[in-house]
Amino acid sequence: MSFQPNEVQRRARLASALLFLAFVFLVGSFFRTQVLQHAQYVLQSEENRLREVPLPAPRGVIYDRKGLIIAENLPGYSVSLLAPGVDSLRAALTRLSGTISLSTEQVNQAVRRFRRAPNRPAVIFPDASFEVVSVLEEHRVEFPGLIIQSSPKRFYPDGPAMAAFIGYTGEVNENELASPAFRGYKAGQQVGKDGIEKQYESRLRGREGTRFVEVDARGRVVREAGARQDLLPEAAPPLYTNIDLDLQKYVVELFGDSLIGGVVALEPKSGEVLALHSAPTFDPNRFIGGIPADYWRALNEDPRRPLYNKAIKGTYAPGSTWKLATAVLAMQDGLLTLDDRMPVACTGGYQYGNRRFKCWDKKGHGSATLAQAIEGSCDVYFYQLGLKIGLTRLVAGGIDLGARQRTGIDLPSETRPLFPTAPATDYYNRLFGPRGWSNAVSLNLSIGQGENSQTVVNMARFYTALATNGEAAQPEIVRGGSKRIRLFELDDAQMAGVRKALAGVVQRGTAAASQIQGVMLAGKTGTAQNSQDTKRDHAWFVGFAPANDAKIVVAVMLEFGGHGTRAARIASKIIEHYLKVQTTQVLNTEGE
Amino acid sequence: MTVSRSRIADPALVAIAVLLSLYGIAMVYSAGQTDVPTQVAHAYKQQIIWFCLGMSVAYAVSRASVRFLDWATTPAYALSCFLLFLLLFIGAGAGTAASTKSWLAIGGVRLGQPSELAKIAVVLILAKILAARRQAPKSLIDLWQPALAVFVPWVLIMRQPDLGTGIVFVGIFFAMLFWAGASWQLLVLVASPVVSLILAFSTGLWGAWFLVLIALVLWYRPYLVEGVVVVLANVVTGVVAPILWDTLNPYQQKRLLVFLDPSADPRASGYHVIQSQVAIGSGGWIGKGFTLGSQKRLAFLPAQHTDFIFPVVGEELGFLGVTVALTLFLVLLLRSVRIAARSADPFPSMVAFGLASAWFVHVLVNVGMTLNLMPITGIPLPFFSYGGSFMLSCWITVGILVRISGEGRGKADMLVI
Repeated sequence: MSFQPNEVQRRARLASALLFLAFVFLVGSFFRTQVLQHAQYVLQSEENRLREVPLPAPRGVIYDRKGLIIAENLPGYSVSLLAPGVDSLRAALTRLSGTISLSTEQVNQAVRRFRRAPNRPAVIFPDASFEVVSVLEEHRVEFPGLIIQSSPKRFYPDGPAMAAFIGYTGEVNENELASPAFRGYKAGQQVGKDGIEKQYESRLRGREGTRFVEVDARGRVVREAGARQDLLPEAAPPLYTNIDLDLQKYVVELFGDSLIGGVVALEPKSGEVLALHSAPTFDPNRFIGGIPADYWRALNEDPRRPLYNKAIKGTYAPGSTWKLATAVLAMQDGLLTLDDRMPVACTGGYQYGNRRFKCWDKKGHGSATLAQAIEGSCDVYFYQLGLKIGLTRLVAGGIDLGARQRTGIDLPSETRPLFPTAPATDYYNRLFGPRGWSNAVSLNLSIGQGENSQTVVNMARFYTALATNGEAAQPEIVRGGSKRIRLFELDDAQMAGVRKALAGVVQRGTAAASQIQGVMLAGKTGTAQNSQDTKRDHAWFVGFAPANDAKIVVAVMLEFGGHGTRAARIASKIIEHYLKVQTTQVLNTEGE
Repeated sequence: MTVSRSRIADPALVAIAVLLSLYGIAMVYSAGQTDVPTQVAHAYKQQIIWFCLGMSVAYAVSRASVRFLDWATTPAYALSCFLLFLLLFIGAGAGTAASTKSWLAIGGVRLGQPSELAKIAVVLILAKILAARRQAPKSLIDLWQPALAVFVPWVLIMRQPDLGTGIVFVGIFFAMLFWAGASWQLLVLVASPVVSLILAFSTGLWGAWFLVLIALVLWYRPYLVEGVVVVLANVVTGVVAPILWDTLNPYQQKRLLVFLDPSADPRASGYHVIQSQVAIGSGGWIGKGFTLGSQKRLAFLPAQHTDFIFPVVGEELGFLGVTVALTLFLVLLLRSVRIAARSADPFPSMVAFGLASAWFVHVLVNVGMTLNLMPITGIPLPFFSYGGSFMLSCWITVGILVRISGEGRGKADMLVI
């Protein structure tokens, strides 16, 4: 070793300088990490330590027009597990199955839920029974990742009575999550799946809250509360509908379990939906939190198709109820008045070309005015009227009356009715080929047969125009600004005449058995042939009351219901119930 | 000055070492405060016992004269090598060094890590060899003795394998050559094969390094044989590097790769580095508070009471706590260098500098790895990391330094003996 004092001092200074540089380097590095990049690392450390447990918000309560509850939330519990990985989740579930019974399907479902959102607790029981909850609470210490929390459960007090329009709620699925309409939704959340629940999802959902739990490096929950301030869930405001719960339940009772069909009851001026039903019905409560497989199978295998909404989805030939459309078109065009007769009197049939078109009444109606033809539903009269109007106008006019339009009712999946497009000749050339059809199609169209298939709700809408001033109201279940659209233009006298003729249907005509004591009921029966079963026709009745100042429009369609008179009896009972109940209530109010 | 007034020759050094130890014990205590309790919760009690024991041993050591150290050098070195050799057959893994055979255990009772003794022994033997020469080493041939003295225990330690301690040996070797007066060119020539080893993974870089090396050889003009040997050594290491890489354990390979990019394997190998940085970074200016670090509390930090104790300082006491700790280390090391510089004789001077350099490598590598400035090697932080042998060896070091300081130039009148 070279041990010259000067050299040693030089080396000591060099070494000290190097030490100092290393110190500055380290301190500088810590400054960069701890001070300059502080925010970023704080975020990472919080992410490490906190797991978000969603606190579901109660959905908005849904009321009927009088403040009765249609949909509410029941207290429920959900059980979920926080796990750092699939393997540890499976291990925890295996241990859990020693305490409570867990099916393989439940385990797999929990794993699927976990894969979809690994940072949220994997739900094991979306709707745990009180027994399960109490057993788990007892053993809570053994399962550190277990989260038991209240989770409001949707409930429809009169479930089967609401099935046609209320919809149901369920866990948001992957397709929904991928669509832009569900931006901001997280896997595991409940969403409206159909009906009002789906249509008004954004108003009903409320705002999910968050509870923060602290976990350690292995994902074990070490602190359940106080790790960070909870974000409380916000319940959605209530939703008020136009449904008359009393009437709705009455309608459902009328249909019982034996009749198949659809009903729509509207307030004619505002379009408020008073009742909407599709029979046979089902219980939407059983759809909440996953439809049981056997129930789903039973509903799908039922030949009466309970899941097929016969009020807004099913389309049926309107039959004679459509004759009013034909009549209105002719009167509007000034072709005739209610007192005019047709050249050929009804003898039970009408010869057109080489084919005889039958009237429903083999005895014939004789020579009738338009008003009498409506009352008696004379096919022969309307065959001639259809020819007089002409096919082109018959189709174009029908389209103007809304024959090809959805009503715009605030429900998802309303079907658009079927009707020829204009111009009619092009339509029929496309349908049958240029020489495959004759003007005889006008005869069918004029009596509501042929290429015409309407939803029950659209027929109800058309009759709101007949019941008022020629303007149709857009049906609305939830209160809002309804629109009225003019369908046709008739003067007051003509409107009164039409209504008188419709009242005649119930007083003397095809629906004479459906009179209501003290109330003038107006309406039209229909008996529609259908391709599924030629022997059993669909029965229609669309009507309103009181005839001159309508408070309610009802459209009833009975699948394979036979003659329209059967539908008329049901409609008249619905109207009677509604008007009497209403009258009583008005009296009560005055008495107070 | 009277003899009785100053029973401790270098109170400043001892004071810093005590402060560091207390700081360290506090951190070991905090490291045990986790939400899910582990055995670490009681580690601080043992650490206090080791601290007291360490101070007693240090006092005893400080009573032994430098001449005694000189005399003890060869036996200590021989004993170290023997124990390290023995470890290859009976060594046990434990704690954070579970995969290595670094522990000497008899009948299941762990006695300690002989590599700690070996560090001091190697410093002593190097000091003895280098101090025996009148002149600074000028050529590679002059270095065969010190190189061999380090090489034997180094190989034994690398066989355990204990990469961290191996690095410390290399650090000691170069630092002591520097203190002995070797020129920087010579140090570069000695180090050149290692550089080749690293650069060999990129042919271009290796080629460039080769040109630099040849220029250096031509300039420094060592003996012809030496020049040839150095160049050959570079060629050989460059060629065998990939082969050597394959002989590394997969975990060692991973550690080195993760050093280059921790996010390459964030869940496994990169995990420690990332979590350590998160802990330190989230500490901010003043930290989350003593014992309150969430990363530590929730077990996100690996080996938070041993190798990764410094992130606990960073997380709980923040930049302030880190700066205080690093400053204490700086003062300790500067003080040690001063002792080395003031020593009256070459041997104690070399010893003091060698011991200081061992501490320096420990601090630099340990603290550096918590910020991913250094690859992860299981190397403890002096006075902080939990561990009996290491606490003892640190305090033996203090004792030796105190003694050398006492016998130092201009302080002969303060001698206690």
